[in-house]
Amino acid sequence: MSELGTVTFGLLLIAAAVGGAAVLTWFERRLLGIWQDRYGPDRLGPLGIGQVVADMLKLLTKDDWVPPFSDRFVFVFAPTAIVVAMLLGFAVVPFAPQLYVLDINIGLLFFLGMTSLAVYSVLLGGLASNNKYALLGGLRSAAQMVSYEVFMGLSLMGVVMLTGSFSLRAIVEAQRDLWYCVPQVLGLFTFLIAGIAESHRLPFDLPEAEHELTAGFHTEYGGMKFAMFMLGEYLGLILISCMITTLFFGGWLGPWLPPLLWFCLKTFALICFFVLLRGAIPRPRYDQLMTLGWKYMLPLTLLNLVLTGALALLLEGQRHV
Amino acid sequence: MFSALRSQLRTLWTILQHTFSRAETVPYPEQQPYLAPRYRGRIVLTNDPDGQERCVACNLCAVACPVDCIALQQGVKQDGRWYPEFFRINFSRCILCGMCEEACPTNAIQLTPDFEMCEYERSSMVYEKEHLQIDGTGKYHDYSFYRVAGLAIAGKDKGEAQNEAPPVDVKSLLP
Repeated sequence: MSELGTVTFGLLLIAAAVGGAAVLTWFERRLLGIWQDRYGPDRLGPLGIGQVVADMLKLLTKDDWVPPFSDRFVFVFAPTAIVVAMLLGFAVVPFAPQLYVLDINIGLLFFLGMTSLAVYSVLLGGLASNNKYALLGGLRSAAQMVSYEVFMGLSLMGVVMLTGSFSLRAIVEAQRDLWYCVPQVLGLFTFLIAGIAESHRLPFDLPEAEHELTAGFHTEYGGMKFAMFMLGEYLGLILISCMITTLFFGGWLGPWLPPLLWFCLKTFALICFFVLLRGAIPRPRYDQLMTLGWKYMLPLTLLNLVLTGALALLLEGQRHV
Repeated sequence: MFSALRSQLRTLWTILQHTFSRAETVPYPEQQPYLAPRYRGRIVLTNDPDGQERCVACNLCAVACPVDCIALQQGVKQDGRWYPEFFRINFSRCILCGMCEEACPTNAIQLTPDFEMCEYERSSMVYEKEHLQIDGTGKYHDYSFYRVAGLAIAGKDKGEAQNEAPPVDVKSLLP
């Protein structure tokens, strides 16, 4: 792609991602409604899609208040960080053979780095609020990051091993014969769980935990700053879905339909699955979360790593014979 | 570990099956919910079968009311009937508990299946007697207090009520 084309596509991508996140707030509520035998927001516009506009107007007209007891600079900076980090994460996602902003040979590492940066936002937000609940939320977020970040990266090493590259386009191309969700089923499972924990989605939304910590790290936030946190969360959800599609479900690969459509369909299905997780599974206790991370997920990931290594060596050996 | 995983997966499957079950929600303004005849909504004052007001202003409803939202003043008509000179219910206080209806000895005060009483001004929630009084008999069509009560009114003397024996002349020795 030309320089201009890349820039245009980048801007379009930002618009699409932010717009998608906004629509997702409504879509998630409708979907949860269906699964909980109710309607959800269905009053404004066709199917209630006007709810997105109404929510946005409401948030925009709210008082943009910074608590006098907070650390002002960090308080304002925190919600921006999560959105910026998540949007940067989108840069390496290959949507179709020629549709991407950035194709670097360490795309996967770049993605992992960006999602890890997003944790800072939650941490700093909780710390800068100077509020007990917010601090507890930030604390939980830090502990969650430590437990889940470890095997999040490791769970993807199987994919890298089979492909032999960190480039996301190479990873998709390597899945032409067989999607990695089959040989890397353990990796998929662990990455899925780490991904939920990373984006603070419901089964692992302990930093937020409405009914124990009021709203956790964003207790003191309101108006557009709160909206930024929400935007960041939904962007994270989309990003994780995109990454799972790319790494385990063959990215744009698929018969008959155009590549971009295949990518969007797979991502959409994964988003629906994440919403289903939110609708079905209760939040674990704090120590249960840590136990799951350290005692089950990490060994499982290491086992996957060893098995994949053996498999890769075996295939290598057969090729040489 | 594995049983926990199975339990989680079963939960997911159960919730997924709800995709095809109907929503329980009643989309209210378009679709009115069914309200039972004895639903406790807006309070009315009812009439006798012969069209005269039932309320005898005994004040029992005002006493029974836990939030003290009923105010009334008793008067006596020419024919001996008792009636409320004014009868006022402050619906912004009323909790629609129905205790006034239970306390009422004449079935005059009754709750109806209507709860749509939104107003923009609080003073509009204070209902006077002319707002409360309805023409019908409400839930009890045959009951008339003065036909069974011992009180003498014009056209019905002592001892003429239903199931009432004529008064005994305590100064006479004759049976």
